[in-house]
Amino acid sequence: MRQVAIYGKGGIGKSTTTQNLTAALAEMGKQVLIVGCDPKADSTRLVLGGMHQRTVLDTLREEGEDIDLDEILKIGYGGIRAVESGGPEPGVGCAGRGIITSINMLEQLGAYTDELDYVFYDVLGDVVCGGFAMPIREGKAEEIYIVASGEMMAMYAANNISKGIQKYANTGGTRLGGIICNSRKVDNELEMLEAFAKELGTQLIHFVPRDNVVQRAEINRKTVIEYLPEEAQADEYRTLARSIDDNKMFVIPKPMTQERLEEILMEFGMLD
Amino acid sequence: MPQNINKAVEKVLDAYPAKVMKNRKSHMVIRETEKIQEIDANTRTIPGIITNRGCAYAGCKGVVIGPIIDMVHIVHGPIGCAYYTWGTRRNKGKTREGGQNFLEYSFCTDLGESDIVFGGEKKLIKAIDEAVALFHPKAISISATCPVGLIGDDIHQVAKQATKEYGIPVLSFSCEGYKGVSQSAGHHIANNKLMSEVIGKNEAYEAKAYSINMLGEYNIGGDEWEISRVMNKIGYHVITSMTGNSVYDEIAAAHKADLNIVQCHRSINYIAEMIEKKYGLPWIKVNFIGIASMSKSLRDMAKYFGDEELINRTEQVIAEEIAEIEEDITHYKKMCEGKTAMLFVGGSRAHHYQGLLKELGMETILAGYQFGHRDDYEGRDVIPNIKLDADSRNIEEIKVEKDQDNYQLRISEEKYKQLQEEIPLGNYKGMISEMGDGTVVIDDLNHFETEQFVKALKPDMFGSGIKDKYMVQKMGVYSKQIHSYDYAGPYAGFRGAVNFARDIAAGMNTSAWKYIISPWKKEPIITGKMGVDQVC
Repeated sequence: MRQVAIYGKGGIGKSTTTQNLTAALAEMGKQVLIVGCDPKADSTRLVLGGMHQRTVLDTLREEGEDIDLDEILKIGYGGIRAVESGGPEPGVGCAGRGIITSINMLEQLGAYTDELDYVFYDVLGDVVCGGFAMPIREGKAEEIYIVASGEMMAMYAANNISKGIQKYANTGGTRLGGIICNSRKVDNELEMLEAFAKELGTQLIHFVPRDNVVQRAEINRKTVIEYLPEEAQADEYRTLARSIDDNKMFVIPKPMTQERLEEILMEFGMLD
Repeated sequence: MPQNINKAVEKVLDAYPAKVMKNRKSHMVIRETEKIQEIDANTRTIPGIITNRGCAYAGCKGVVIGPIIDMVHIVHGPIGCAYYTWGTRRNKGKTREGGQNFLEYSFCTDLGESDIVFGGEKKLIKAIDEAVALFHPKAISISATCPVGLIGDDIHQVAKQATKEYGIPVLSFSCEGYKGVSQSAGHHIANNKLMSEVIGKNEAYEAKAYSINMLGEYNIGGDEWEISRVMNKIGYHVITSMTGNSVYDEIAAAHKADLNIVQCHRSINYIAEMIEKKYGLPWIKVNFIGIASMSKSLRDMAKYFGDEELINRTEQVIAEEIAEIEEDITHYKKMCEGKTAMLFVGGSRAHHYQGLLKELGMETILAGYQFGHRDDYEGRDVIPNIKLDADSRNIEEIKVEKDQDNYQLRISEEKYKQLQEEIPLGNYKGMISEMGDGTVVIDDLNHFETEQFVKALKPDMFGSGIKDKYMVQKMGVYSKQIHSYDYAGPYAGFRGAVNFARDIAAGMNTSAWKYIISPWKKEPIITGKMGVDQVC
């Protein structure tokens, strides 16, 4: 079983990418579990065809410690299993602690079965505190992919996340598997991301172009793989899935200084 | 003795790495009476050192707020925090006629995992609803424990809403345990809120002549009752103590008194000062532990009022009280004479008990505070020179202003100045000035140091708390809890002095632990056989 965590700046498209990618893996016959680690609980909407109704933490709150796995684990497109950690509404409580509680709970309940090929953790935003680093702590997720684009703040966040990975990589076994570019069509994006990935000591594992078909699929609560499997964009996700499935390059990232990051932007981002 | 002390201090410091040594050295003073000596205090405990200190929550809820008897004190946090601040200090309280007393209850929101994740405010609101429905208390306190601060529950907003809904005061304290370097931070937080929300609110109260407040007295083992008995006998009217055996309405009337008397300087001096600023009501430092200290404190009070009749009555009561206990004290003194004591307690008690021990013929050879500040050691004159560090700045200082309607000078400014020469009016000289040559003062004494000094100085008695009591007793030295008085008391006032003398005389002369020899001192702890076949 490969345990994979997807990180990246808020709004970059982690959940969309993760679900299209896992849908492509499912198409390849892989057994996949997605663990949504975002209090908004919207990480599995596309594979389930709608919002997940019972989060782990909701169940914990309503029924005490007595939880049945069937209530929280739903089966979606291509047999993908999906759970949502859930968490408090904005502004109260401790969402980070919620992630810790939730992942421990899933382990206790036996959600991680042997026939699984992949577990994907779709983690909210930046590494904001210890709780959100949970999937990469204690050897849970061994490989991490960061979703980024050519926008300055996305790269900044990716670099920051690399610092978190570096910290846990030194004590545990977690490694960076690569950068996934979810294109925003900024100038020279491919070259810039390739240089950025190289500087981090990793690779640009796939460049996912921007295509409005993703938006249309989302409105219909589906992944592109399911909604329009013949579209070129579906093939992009299939390529990404194959690259990840074949990936052999796992590194401890070398986060760069703010100055170096800005140099890369200057070098590739200014066309004139 | 001084040589012995020097050696003991050196030996202790030698065991530390250089940086720790430098730090700990600044918290130790070998007394030289002709010198003005400085000591470091109220600084962070060094990681790895076993300290006896408590936390801000313990200082706020456990010490200052918890003893108010007719309030429901809700601990917002996991259950352990509630249990360990529930009556462990043996703060007693008597129900007033028609009044309430909740000291026997422990109230807690008992936060669990899902409350931490989703926030605990709803549970707190429910706890208040339940408390009001079941007990109809006069007022409620909410004390925040560590996790509440981390998850950001807005206890102040909850308190505000509850006050609006139920029309009773709900006081919220952000006294998360991690604030400050010791329980001292919690005292300050509690003082601030009592001052801003409670004191001065009881306008209807009509004060009688010779009204006083007894500040920094927590009625441990019934101390406040014994002191009040004597006060009443002389003719004083105690409006409130703070906060042992106190009720909400009486604390709210504190501003009506003529004089504040301050027993535990560390835990309550903030209120004493703020009341003086706001209401013109001065304070004097008193000490009710020991016959001489008690007598002096009563005489100082009489001098403040300057009333001939009161002065005569004071002398009469002192004479009566002493006559009553003289014989007993003489008896116990014979059993205590020539013995030595080490005291490590509080932010005042290590000082307060030295006089009583002296009256019993005993010398205090080492004394220290857990959570004292430099002014508790060196006297208040040093306050302007205390450097405020980040930990202290982290605790809110509130500013009070003259209350235009209620400010009233109790004595003229001239009289104030004149009295300052004679009595500790608005002043405290600290512990160090009363300690003799060759004695040692140690701040935040840790377990390693305790062990070393007990071995080197071989005291007959060690006065401290539950955290080091048994470790010292196992070394064959009688140990008395001066925080909680073990199971006894009162120890304050004249009769209290006899109780104390009886208890320690018995303790020091029945040192049962001395008769037990640890097994590793009698028998080898490793046994083995020589190989019979291979004799060389």
